[in-house]
Amino acid sequence: MASSRLVAPELATIKVHGMTREAFLIRSTLAAGAAYGAMSATGLISSALADGGGDDVDILNYALTLEYLENEFYVQAAKQVKGLSKYESDLTKELRDNEAEHVDALAATVKKLGGKPASKPTFDFGGAFASRASYLKTANTLEDTGVSAYNGAAPSIKSTEVLAAAGSIVQIEARHAALIRLVRDKPPAPRAFDKASEMDKILAAIKPFIRA
Amino acid sequence: MRQNVIWLPVARAKHLQLSTPSPEARFVTDSALRELADDPSSRKRFFKMLGGAGAVSAATVILAACGGDDDEAASDAPPEGKEVDNNKSDLEILNYALTLEFLEAEFYDKVIASGLVKDKMVANLAKKFGESEQEHVDALTATIKQMGGKPVSAPKTKFEETLDKGLEEVLNTAATVENLGAAAYLGQAGAIKNKEVLAAALAIHTVEARHAAALNQLVGRGFMGKGELSGSVPSGAFAKPMDMAAVNEAVKPFLA
Repeated sequence: MASSRLVAPELATIKVHGMTREAFLIRSTLAAGAAYGAMSATGLISSALADGGGDDVDILNYALTLEYLENEFYVQAAKQVKGLSKYESDLTKELRDNEAEHVDALAATVKKLGGKPASKPTFDFGGAFASRASYLKTANTLEDTGVSAYNGAAPSIKSTEVLAAAGSIVQIEARHAALIRLVRDKPPAPRAFDKASEMDKILAAIKPFIRA
Repeated sequence: MRQNVIWLPVARAKHLQLSTPSPEARFVTDSALRELADDPSSRKRFFKMLGGAGAVSAATVILAACGGDDDEAASDAPPEGKEVDNNKSDLEILNYALTLEFLEAEFYDKVIASGLVKDKMVANLAKKFGESEQEHVDALTATIKQMGGKPVSAPKTKFEETLDKGLEEVLNTAATVENLGAAAYLGQAGAIKNKEVLAAALAIHTVEARHAAALNQLVGRGFMGKGELSGSVPSGAFAKPMDMAAVNEAVKPFLA
């Protein structure tokens, strides 16, 4: 399985400072055919199974990891990116705050299910904030990736309540994606059907941003 | 044409003459398919849904059986009890979605035909959104047929009043309808029984959300907007579902 193939190749061009070790283990060919629930519990999506949360907890922790990433991305963007318009700056803060709420909600849901929320990794976004253009391009990729991650994972969710929560969040991510795209003068909705990506591909795509 | 196909692992059975996208081009998770693969009655049902060799065109397939058993040829065994009920309720949801998609597609058609939209960027958006809604119509129609259901026909619409009021009203209405569409899909996600249907619905749901956000932005419903379904990020960080009754009530003004 081409597990090293990035779902969004442009992520590979982001310069990363001093990546010292793998934070995620990419699922091996062995695990490739396994259901989400059987994913080898490593890295950040780990102890939930032991705590009795089961498959939905795994998926929630996966989503939580992505939300940590997006939140931190916008936290740093709000501080570092120069040359944004007032609207773009306000939008950045709104997106940051939305993702923070997603983090809180997902962590709370994991706990409610008796699981252990994944911890927040240390992220490194390299040169993403060097310019308005690189920030927006990365934001675009992250939001689109988030949508495809949720859409890929959601059909495996067992509980309708958890599915409702995931749906409620992914709809916002899609709106985020559209708004960022408009700011970039890109089509907000280029496809009639949004992509759904497998967990291992998403994890591989975001790996460059994980430092620890 | 790729845009019409929701890629699912295509049956490796030779008698199903479906185009074969690369194995990586998977939409539905492995676990959903494993469920299919492990359950012979589900598998039989899906093969039956496809209607055997040649009945399916690559351009309109939404549902495809997962691969594996070449010896599980299309079966004429009727679906059993619970499966019939699951199918029935999924078909109701799909036809509900189809009505909304017909409405949206027709609306964009009329908007473009009216010539009201002078701005090139906005006109392109309307055209693109309309095309996507038409793809939704086509895909939902094909899916319903493949599941043995009867797709509803295009409803008679009532957009003249909206169009008469001019561009701003038109764009506001487009925003309203797209927001309704997104809320409608979100409202049904938990009710859908078949995982492939769910995957398709989710793939459409986020596209409607993109449309809604873009239109909200265009008509000045910024993310600080107030009120239900106003603002590009309704309810702040979490989208609100709407149930079938509420959505049907909300779209009544547009149906003749």
